[in-house]
Amino acid sequence: MEGSKPKLKLAVYWASACGGCCVSVLDVHEKLFDVIAAADFVFWPIALDIKYKDVEEMADNYIDVTLFNGAIRNSENEHMAKLLRKKSKILVAYGSCSHLGGIPGLCNFSTKEDIFRRVYEESESTINTEKTRPLPEYKVKEGLLEIPVFYNDVRSLSQTVEVDYFIPGCPPQTERLLEVFTAIVSGDELPQKGSVIGAGTRAQCDECIRKKTENKQIKKFYRPWEISDDGETCFMEQGVICMGPATREGCGYRCIKGNAPCRGCYGPTPGVTDPGTKMMSAIASIIDEKEPEEINRVIDDIVDPAGLFYRFSLPVSLIRRKLS
Amino acid sequence: MEFKPRIIAFLCKWCSYTGADLAGTSRMEYKPNVRIVKVMCSGRIESTFVLKAFTKGADGVLVCGCHPGDCHYQEGNYRCLRRYQLLQKYITQMGIETERLKLEWISASEGKQFAELINSFTETITELGPSKIKETLNVLT
Repeated sequence: MEGSKPKLKLAVYWASACGGCCVSVLDVHEKLFDVIAAADFVFWPIALDIKYKDVEEMADNYIDVTLFNGAIRNSENEHMAKLLRKKSKILVAYGSCSHLGGIPGLCNFSTKEDIFRRVYEESESTINTEKTRPLPEYKVKEGLLEIPVFYNDVRSLSQTVEVDYFIPGCPPQTERLLEVFTAIVSGDELPQKGSVIGAGTRAQCDECIRKKTENKQIKKFYRPWEISDDGETCFMEQGVICMGPATREGCGYRCIKGNAPCRGCYGPTPGVTDPGTKMMSAIASIIDEKEPEEINRVIDDIVDPAGLFYRFSLPVSLIRRKLS
Repeated sequence: MEFKPRIIAFLCKWCSYTGADLAGTSRMEYKPNVRIVKVMCSGRIESTFVLKAFTKGADGVLVCGCHPGDCHYQEGNYRCLRRYQLLQKYITQMGIETERLKLEWISASEGKQFAELINSFTETITELGPSKIKETLNVLT
Protein backbone atom coordinates (compact mmCIF):
# COMPACT_ATOMS: atom_id res chain seq x y z
CA MET A 1 0.00 0.00 0.00
CA GLU A 2 1.62 3.17 -1.13
CA GLY A 3 1.67 6.05 1.29
CA SER A 4 0.82 3.89 4.28
CA LYS A 5 3.05 3.73 7.34
CA PRO A 6 6.07 1.47 6.83
CA LYS A 7 5.69 -1.82 8.65
CA LEU A 8 7.56 -2.34 11.91
CA LYS A 9 10.45 -4.78 11.82
CA LEU A 10 10.28 -7.22 14.71
CA ALA A 11 12.75 -9.79 15.97
CA VAL A 12 12.35 -12.42 18.68
CA TYR A 13 15.39 -14.27 19.98
CA TRP A 14 15.96 -16.97 22.56
CA ALA A 15 19.20 -17.22 24.50
CA SER A 16 19.39 -19.51 27.54
CA ALA A 17 15.66 -20.18 27.65
CA CYS A 18 13.14 -23.00 27.58
CA GLY A 19 11.23 -21.76 24.55
CA GLY A 20 8.15 -20.83 26.54
CA CYS A 21 8.60 -17.12 25.86
CA CYS A 22 8.60 -17.70 22.10
CA VAL A 23 5.47 -19.79 22.51
CA SER A 24 3.86 -16.98 24.51
CA VAL A 25 4.37 -14.78 21.45
CA LEU A 26 2.67 -17.43 19.31
CA ASP A 27 -0.17 -17.41 21.85
CA VAL A 28 -1.52 -14.21 20.33
CA HIS A 29 -3.58 -16.70 18.31
CA GLU A 30 -5.72 -15.02 15.64
CA LYS A 31 -4.40 -11.62 16.79
CA LEU A 32 -1.29 -12.69 14.89
CA PHE A 33 -3.02 -11.40 11.74
CA ASP A 34 -3.24 -7.93 13.30
CA VAL A 35 0.41 -8.17 14.28
CA ILE A 36 1.45 -9.26 10.78
CA ALA A 37 -0.61 -6.43 9.27
CA ALA A 38 1.47 -3.91 11.21
CA ALA A 39 4.81 -5.66 11.44
CA ASP A 40 7.21 -8.01 9.71
CA PHE A 41 9.20 -10.57 11.62
CA VAL A 42 12.76 -10.25 10.38
CA PHE A 43 14.36 -12.76 12.77
CA TRP A 44 12.70 -15.41 14.92
CA PRO A 45 14.56 -18.72 15.19
CA ILE A 46 11.60 -20.71 16.54
CA ALA A 47 9.44 -19.83 13.53
CA LEU A 48 11.57 -18.53 10.67
CA ASP A 49 14.64 -19.85 8.88
CA ILE A 50 16.88 -16.81 9.16
CA LYS A 51 20.53 -17.34 10.01
CA TYR A 52 22.81 -15.40 12.36
CA LYS A 53 24.80 -14.18 9.36
CA ASP A 54 21.63 -12.62 7.91
CA VAL A 55 21.31 -10.62 11.12
CA GLU A 56 24.98 -9.67 10.94
CA GLU A 57 24.39 -8.27 7.47
CA MET A 58 21.54 -6.02 8.59
CA ALA A 59 22.32 -2.31 8.95
CA ASP A 60 22.64 -0.99 12.52
CA ASN A 61 19.25 -0.06 14.04
CA TYR A 62 17.54 -1.95 11.19
CA ILE A 63 15.20 -3.81 13.55
CA ASP A 64 12.60 -1.67 15.30
CA VAL A 65 11.89 -3.91 18.28
CA THR A 66 13.66 -7.04 19.49
CA LEU A 67 12.07 -9.21 22.13
CA PHE A 68 15.05 -10.95 23.72
CA ASN A 69 14.20 -13.87 25.94
CA GLY A 70 16.55 -16.11 27.88
CA ALA A 71 19.50 -15.52 30.18
CA ILE A 72 23.15 -15.14 29.21
CA ARG A 73 24.81 -18.46 29.93
CA ASN A 74 27.48 -18.82 27.24
CA SER A 75 29.45 -16.87 24.64
CA GLU A 76 26.84 -17.48 21.94
CA ASN A 77 24.14 -15.85 24.08
CA GLU A 78 26.44 -12.92 24.77
CA HIS A 79 27.37 -12.53 21.11
CA MET A 80 23.71 -12.48 20.06
CA ALA A 81 22.81 -10.02 22.83
CA LYS A 82 25.50 -7.62 21.63
CA LEU A 83 24.62 -8.15 17.98
CA LEU A 84 20.89 -7.60 18.49
CA ARG A 85 21.59 -4.55 20.63
CA LYS A 86 23.49 -3.03 17.72
CA LYS A 87 20.85 -3.95 15.15
CA SER A 88 17.78 -2.89 17.16
CA LYS A 89 16.28 0.49 17.94
CA ILE A 90 14.46 -0.93 20.95
CA LEU A 91 15.78 -3.95 22.83
CA VAL A 92 13.30 -5.52 25.21
CA ALA A 93 14.26 -8.04 27.89
CA TYR A 94 11.30 -10.35 27.46
CA GLY A 95 10.48 -12.80 30.24
CA SER A 96 12.01 -13.64 33.60
CA CYS A 97 15.27 -15.11 32.29
CA SER A 98 16.43 -12.02 30.44
CA HIS A 99 14.81 -9.70 33.00
CA LEU A 100 16.17 -11.29 36.20
CA GLY A 101 18.18 -14.34 35.23
CA GLY A 102 15.21 -16.64 35.68
CA ILE A 103 15.32 -20.39 36.20
CA PRO A 104 18.70 -20.81 34.41
CA GLY A 105 19.96 -18.27 36.96
CA LEU A 106 19.63 -20.95 39.64
CA CYS A 107 22.83 -22.36 38.13
CA ASN A 108 24.59 -19.64 40.13
CA PHE A 109 24.26 -21.99 43.10
CA SER A 110 26.90 -24.08 41.31
CA THR A 111 30.13 -23.32 39.50
CA LYS A 112 30.99 -24.26 35.94
CA GLU A 113 33.27 -26.96 37.38
CA ASP A 114 30.42 -28.39 39.53
CA ILE A 115 28.16 -28.58 36.49
CA PHE A 116 30.75 -30.10 34.14
CA ARG A 117 31.84 -32.68 36.71
CA ARG A 118 28.25 -33.73 37.29
CA VAL A 119 27.27 -33.84 33.62
CA TYR A 120 30.42 -35.31 32.06
CA GLU A 121 31.64 -37.56 34.89
CA GLU A 122 29.28 -38.29 37.75
CA SER A 123 25.79 -38.58 36.32
CA GLU A 124 24.48 -42.13 36.68
CA SER A 125 24.18 -42.77 32.95
CA THR A 126 27.51 -41.24 31.93
CA ILE A 127 30.33 -43.50 30.79
CA ASN A 128 33.33 -41.27 30.22
CA THR A 129 36.41 -43.13 31.41
CA GLU A 130 38.78 -40.65 29.79
CA LYS A 131 36.97 -37.79 31.50
CA THR A 132 36.60 -35.92 28.23
CA ARG A 133 35.23 -32.44 28.56
CA PRO A 134 33.90 -30.28 25.71
CA LEU A 135 36.48 -27.88 24.33
CA PRO A 136 35.45 -24.50 22.88
CA GLU A 137 37.89 -25.07 20.02
CA TYR A 138 39.12 -28.29 18.44
CA LYS A 139 41.44 -28.62 15.50
CA VAL A 140 40.65 -31.29 12.91
CA LYS A 141 42.33 -31.68 9.56
CA GLU A 142 39.42 -29.94 7.83
CA GLY A 143 39.86 -26.86 10.01
CA LEU A 144 38.90 -25.45 13.41
CA LEU A 145 35.69 -26.62 15.08
CA GLU A 146 34.12 -24.22 17.56
CA ILE A 147 31.34 -24.39 20.13
CA PRO A 148 30.23 -21.62 22.50
CA VAL A 149 32.22 -21.07 25.70
CA PHE A 150 30.24 -22.01 28.82
CA TYR A 151 30.44 -19.27 31.46
CA ASN A 152 30.75 -19.70 35.20
CA ASP A 153 28.00 -17.16 35.96
CA VAL A 154 24.54 -16.80 34.49
CA ARG A 155 23.64 -13.16 33.82
CA SER A 156 20.53 -11.24 32.99
CA LEU A 157 20.36 -9.33 29.71
CA SER A 158 20.88 -5.94 31.37
CA GLN A 159 24.05 -7.25 33.02
CA THR A 160 25.37 -7.78 29.49
CA VAL A 161 24.03 -4.97 27.28
CA GLU A 162 21.93 -1.83 27.68
CA VAL A 163 18.25 -2.71 27.75
CA ASP A 164 15.41 -0.34 26.81
CA TYR A 165 12.46 -2.09 28.42
CA PHE A 166 11.67 -5.09 30.56
CA ILE A 167 8.59 -7.25 30.14
CA PRO A 168 8.49 -9.63 33.11
CA GLY A 169 6.92 -13.05 33.46
CA CYS A 170 7.60 -16.73 33.04
CA PRO A 171 6.33 -16.44 30.41
CA PRO A 172 4.91 -12.92 30.07
CA GLN A 173 1.14 -12.85 29.69
CA THR A 174 0.37 -12.61 25.99
CA GLU A 175 -2.32 -9.99 26.67
CA ARG A 176 0.33 -7.71 28.17
CA LEU A 177 2.54 -8.19 25.10
CA LEU A 178 -0.33 -7.24 22.83
CA GLU A 179 -0.95 -4.08 24.87
CA VAL A 180 2.70 -3.12 24.54
CA PHE A 181 2.71 -3.94 20.84
CA THR A 182 -0.45 -1.91 20.21
CA ALA A 183 1.08 1.03 22.05
CA ILE A 184 4.18 0.89 19.84
CA VAL A 185 2.16 0.58 16.62
CA SER A 186 -0.25 3.38 17.51
CA GLY A 187 2.74 5.66 18.05
CA ASP A 188 1.87 6.41 21.68
CA GLU A 189 4.59 8.08 23.65
CA LEU A 190 6.88 5.37 24.89
CA PRO A 191 7.58 5.00 28.61
CA GLN A 192 10.89 6.07 30.12
CA LYS A 193 13.85 4.01 29.02
CA GLY A 194 14.75 1.25 31.43
CA SER A 195 11.24 0.82 32.79
CA VAL A 196 9.28 -2.34 33.31
CA ILE A 197 6.35 -2.45 30.91
CA GLY A 198 3.46 -4.83 30.50
CA ALA A 199 3.00 -5.06 34.27
CA GLY A 200 1.64 -3.00 37.14
CA THR A 201 3.42 -1.25 39.99
CA ARG A 202 1.64 -2.76 42.99
CA ALA A 203 2.11 -6.17 44.60
CA GLN A 204 0.17 -9.28 43.59
CA CYS A 205 -1.76 -9.13 46.88
CA ASP A 206 -3.34 -5.81 45.86
CA GLU A 207 -4.90 -7.54 42.89
CA CYS A 208 -5.60 -10.98 44.35
CA ILE A 209 -9.20 -11.61 45.38
CA ARG A 210 -8.54 -14.34 47.93
CA LYS A 211 -9.88 -13.49 51.42
CA LYS A 212 -7.28 -11.70 53.50
CA THR A 213 -7.28 -10.47 57.07
CA GLU A 214 -4.71 -8.33 58.87
CA ASN A 215 -4.10 -11.13 61.27
CA LYS A 216 -1.50 -13.36 59.68
CA GLN A 217 0.09 -15.56 62.33
CA ILE A 218 1.88 -18.68 61.34
CA LYS A 219 3.14 -21.46 63.59
CA LYS A 220 3.86 -23.88 60.78
CA PHE A 221 4.53 -23.61 57.07
CA TYR A 222 3.17 -26.20 54.69
CA ARG A 223 4.22 -27.28 51.24
CA PRO A 224 1.22 -26.87 48.91
CA TRP A 225 0.48 -30.61 48.84
CA GLU A 226 0.47 -30.91 52.63
CA ILE A 227 -2.80 -29.07 53.14
CA SER A 228 -6.20 -29.07 51.60
CA ASP A 229 -6.55 -25.56 50.20
CA ASP A 230 -10.04 -24.14 50.75
CA GLY A 231 -9.79 -22.26 47.45
CA GLU A 232 -10.65 -18.86 48.88
CA THR A 233 -8.44 -17.93 51.86
CA CYS A 234 -5.10 -16.18 51.33
CA PHE A 235 -2.37 -18.82 50.91
CA MET A 236 -0.13 -17.14 53.47
CA GLU A 237 -2.90 -17.30 56.06
CA GLN A 238 -3.15 -21.03 55.41
CA GLY A 239 0.58 -21.36 56.03
CA VAL A 240 1.56 -21.89 52.40
CA ILE A 241 4.31 -19.55 51.21
CA CYS A 242 3.04 -17.42 48.37
CA MET A 243 5.42 -14.91 46.77
CA GLY A 244 2.53 -12.48 46.19
CA PRO A 245 3.55 -9.88 48.81
CA ALA A 246 6.94 -9.34 47.14
CA THR A 247 5.91 -9.77 43.50
CA ARG A 248 4.80 -7.23 40.93
CA GLU A 249 1.22 -7.47 39.68
CA GLY A 250 0.40 -7.80 36.01
CA CYS A 251 -0.12 -11.49 35.31
CA GLY A 252 -3.70 -11.43 36.58
CA TYR A 253 -2.57 -13.76 39.42
CA ARG A 254 -3.19 -16.73 37.20
CA CYS A 255 -1.34 -19.24 39.35
CA ILE A 256 -3.43 -18.27 42.37
CA LYS A 257 -6.61 -18.51 40.29
CA GLY A 258 -5.44 -22.00 39.47
CA ASN A 259 -5.09 -22.70 43.21
CA ALA A 260 -1.29 -22.62 43.21
CA PRO A 261 0.67 -20.07 45.25
CA CYS A 262 2.57 -17.33 43.40
CA ARG A 263 6.18 -18.22 42.56
CA GLY A 264 7.32 -14.67 41.91
CA CYS A 265 8.09 -14.74 38.18
CA TYR A 266 7.03 -11.11 37.66
CA GLY A 267 9.90 -10.03 39.87
CA PRO A 268 10.04 -7.43 42.62
CA THR A 269 7.86 -4.35 42.89
CA PRO A 270 9.43 -1.02 41.80
CA GLY A 271 12.33 0.36 43.80
CA VAL A 272 13.32 -2.90 45.44
CA THR A 273 17.09 -3.50 45.73
CA ASP A 274 16.98 -7.19 46.45
CA PRO A 275 13.96 -9.30 45.52
CA GLY A 276 14.32 -12.07 48.10
CA THR A 277 14.92 -9.99 51.21
CA LYS A 278 11.49 -8.37 50.87
CA MET A 279 9.93 -11.80 51.03
CA MET A 280 12.16 -12.80 53.94
CA SER A 281 10.95 -9.72 55.83
CA ALA A 282 7.34 -10.58 55.07
CA ILE A 283 7.87 -14.14 56.31
CA ALA A 284 9.65 -12.99 59.47
CA SER A 285 6.74 -10.69 60.27
CA ILE A 286 4.13 -13.42 60.29
CA ILE A 287 5.92 -16.14 62.25
CA ASP A 288 4.04 -16.31 65.53
CA GLU A 289 6.90 -17.36 67.83
CA LYS A 290 9.31 -15.52 70.10
CA GLU A 291 11.75 -18.15 71.33
CA PRO A 292 14.78 -18.78 69.07
CA GLU A 293 14.26 -22.59 69.10
CA GLU A 294 10.59 -22.24 68.23
CA ILE A 295 11.37 -19.74 65.45
CA ASN A 296 13.92 -22.18 64.04
CA ARG A 297 11.36 -24.97 64.14
CA VAL A 298 9.03 -22.85 61.97
CA ILE A 299 11.86 -21.74 59.66
CA ASP A 300 12.93 -25.36 59.20
CA ASP A 301 9.65 -25.88 57.32
CA ILE A 302 11.17 -23.69 54.60
CA VAL A 303 13.43 -26.27 53.05
CA ASP A 304 15.31 -24.09 50.58
CA PRO A 305 14.94 -20.37 51.37
CA ALA A 306 17.49 -19.16 48.81
CA GLY A 307 15.93 -21.21 46.01
CA LEU A 308 12.42 -20.23 47.03
CA PHE A 309 12.88 -16.48 47.51
CA TYR A 310 15.24 -16.07 44.55
CA ARG A 311 13.69 -18.63 42.23
CA PHE A 312 13.65 -16.23 39.28
CA SER A 313 16.08 -13.55 40.42
CA LEU A 314 19.31 -15.02 41.78
CA PRO A 315 21.66 -13.40 39.20
CA VAL A 316 20.29 -9.89 39.85
CA SER A 317 20.16 -10.23 43.64
CA LEU A 318 22.75 -8.61 45.92
CA ILE A 319 24.65 -11.84 46.48
CA ARG A 320 24.16 -13.03 42.95
CA ARG A 321 25.95 -16.35 43.21
CA LYS A 322 27.03 -18.87 45.79
CA LEU A 323 30.49 -17.99 47.05
CA SER A 324 33.10 -20.61 46.39
CA MET B 1 49.94 -7.22 55.76
CA GLU B 2 48.00 -7.68 58.95
CA PHE B 3 44.30 -8.24 58.35
CA LYS B 4 42.12 -5.52 59.85
CA PRO B 5 38.51 -6.61 59.59
CA ARG B 6 35.81 -4.15 58.67
CA ILE B 7 32.72 -4.57 60.79
CA ILE B 8 29.38 -2.85 60.34
CA ALA B 9 27.13 -2.68 63.40
CA PHE B 10 23.47 -1.73 63.25
CA LEU B 11 22.33 -0.50 66.65
CA CYS B 12 18.89 0.54 67.77
CA LYS B 13 18.59 4.06 69.09
CA TRP B 14 16.91 3.28 72.41
CA CYS B 15 19.02 0.55 73.99
CA SER B 16 22.04 -0.58 72.02
CA TYR B 17 23.26 2.77 70.72
CA THR B 18 22.83 4.24 74.18
CA GLY B 19 24.82 1.26 75.47
CA ALA B 20 27.59 2.03 72.98
CA ASP B 21 27.42 5.66 74.04
CA LEU B 22 27.85 4.60 77.64
CA ALA B 23 30.95 2.63 76.69
CA GLY B 24 32.28 5.81 75.11
CA THR B 25 31.42 8.24 77.90
CA SER B 26 32.82 5.75 80.44
CA ARG B 27 36.04 5.77 78.40
CA MET B 28 36.07 2.03 77.92
CA GLU B 29 38.47 0.84 75.29
CA TYR B 30 37.39 -1.49 72.52
CA LYS B 31 38.66 -2.50 69.11
CA PRO B 32 38.42 0.24 66.45
CA ASN B 33 37.21 -2.01 63.60
CA VAL B 34 33.52 -1.33 64.01
CA ARG B 35 31.48 1.25 62.11
CA ILE B 36 28.17 1.96 63.78
CA VAL B 37 24.92 2.72 61.99
CA LYS B 38 22.15 3.99 64.27
CA VAL B 39 18.60 2.95 63.43
CA MET B 40 15.37 3.69 65.26
CA CYS B 41 14.67 0.05 66.10
CA SER B 42 16.28 -3.31 65.43
CA GLY B 43 13.00 -4.11 63.65
CA ARG B 44 14.00 -1.49 61.10
CA ILE B 45 17.09 -3.44 60.05
CA GLU B 46 16.05 -4.95 56.76
CA SER B 47 17.84 -8.02 55.49
CA THR B 48 18.87 -5.84 52.54
CA PHE B 49 20.97 -3.66 54.90
CA VAL B 50 22.90 -6.68 56.07
CA LEU B 51 23.43 -8.13 52.59
CA LYS B 52 24.45 -4.76 51.20
CA ALA B 53 27.00 -4.35 53.97
CA PHE B 54 28.46 -7.73 53.00
CA THR B 55 28.52 -6.97 49.27
CA LYS B 56 30.19 -3.61 49.92
CA GLY B 57 33.02 -5.37 51.69
CA ALA B 58 32.09 -5.81 55.35
CA ASP B 59 33.88 -8.81 56.86
CA GLY B 60 31.34 -9.03 59.65
CA VAL B 61 27.91 -7.58 60.42
CA LEU B 62 26.62 -7.05 63.94
CA VAL B 63 22.99 -6.38 64.77
CA CYS B 64 22.03 -5.17 68.25
CA GLY B 65 18.67 -4.37 69.79
CA CYS B 66 16.88 -4.11 73.11
CA HIS B 67 16.57 -7.25 75.23
CA PRO B 68 13.47 -9.36 74.56
CA GLY B 69 10.49 -7.71 76.19
CA ASP B 70 12.27 -4.33 76.39
CA CYS B 71 11.67 -3.04 72.85
CA HIS B 72 10.68 0.61 72.75
CA TYR B 73 8.15 -0.37 70.10
CA GLN B 74 7.01 -3.55 71.90
CA GLU B 75 7.73 -6.11 69.15
CA GLY B 76 10.47 -4.74 66.89
CA ASN B 77 13.27 -6.83 68.34
CA TYR B 78 11.28 -10.04 67.84
CA ARG B 79 10.85 -9.19 64.19
CA CYS B 80 14.58 -8.59 64.06
CA LEU B 81 15.24 -11.95 65.70
CA ARG B 82 13.04 -13.86 63.25
CA ARG B 83 14.52 -12.04 60.28
CA TYR B 84 18.01 -12.77 61.58
CA GLN B 85 17.36 -16.47 61.98
CA LEU B 86 15.95 -16.72 58.46
CA LEU B 87 18.84 -14.68 57.11
CA GLN B 88 21.35 -17.01 58.79
CA LYS B 89 19.83 -19.93 56.91
CA TYR B 90 19.98 -17.98 53.65
CA ILE B 91 23.61 -16.82 53.98
CA THR B 92 24.66 -20.39 54.80
CA GLN B 93 23.19 -21.46 51.46
CA MET B 94 25.08 -18.66 49.73
CA GLY B 95 28.40 -19.75 51.19
CA ILE B 96 28.84 -16.99 53.78
CA GLU B 97 29.99 -18.24 57.19
CA THR B 98 27.23 -17.84 59.80
CA GLU B 99 29.81 -16.44 62.26
CA ARG B 100 30.09 -13.32 60.12
CA LEU B 101 26.58 -12.26 61.11
CA LYS B 102 25.79 -11.85 64.80
CA LEU B 103 22.78 -10.71 66.78
CA GLU B 104 23.13 -9.59 70.39
CA TRP B 105 20.87 -7.80 72.84
CA ILE B 106 22.53 -4.76 74.45
CA SER B 107 20.62 -2.59 76.93
CA ALA B 108 21.28 1.10 77.58
CA SER B 109 23.20 0.23 80.74
CA GLU B 110 25.41 -2.43 79.16
CA GLY B 111 28.37 -0.34 78.02
CA LYS B 112 30.81 -2.91 79.35
CA GLN B 113 29.03 -5.76 77.58
CA PHE B 114 29.07 -3.74 74.36
CA ALA B 115 32.83 -3.18 74.56
CA GLU B 116 33.38 -6.88 75.26
CA LEU B 117 31.09 -7.85 72.40
CA ILE B 118 33.01 -5.68 69.93
CA ASN B 119 36.30 -7.16 71.12
CA SER B 120 35.14 -10.76 70.89
CA PHE B 121 33.37 -10.28 67.55
CA THR B 122 36.43 -8.55 66.07
CA GLU B 123 38.52 -11.48 67.26
CA THR B 124 36.14 -14.01 65.67
CA ILE B 125 36.22 -12.17 62.34
CA THR B 126 40.00 -11.76 62.46
CA GLU B 127 40.33 -15.52 62.88
CA LEU B 128 37.90 -16.16 60.00
CA GLY B 129 39.91 -13.89 57.71
CA PRO B 130 38.69 -11.56 54.98
CA SER B 131 35.31 -12.13 53.37
CA LYS B 132 35.47 -13.70 49.90
CA ILE B 133 32.40 -11.90 48.75
CA LYS B 134 34.02 -8.96 46.98
CA GLU B 135 36.43 -11.01 44.91
CA THR B 136 33.68 -13.45 43.93
CA LEU B 137 31.15 -10.80 42.97
CA ASN B 138 33.41 -8.22 41.38
CA VAL B 139 33.86 -10.19 38.18
CA LEU B 140 31.27 -11.85 36.04
CA THR B 141 32.95 -14.90 34.60
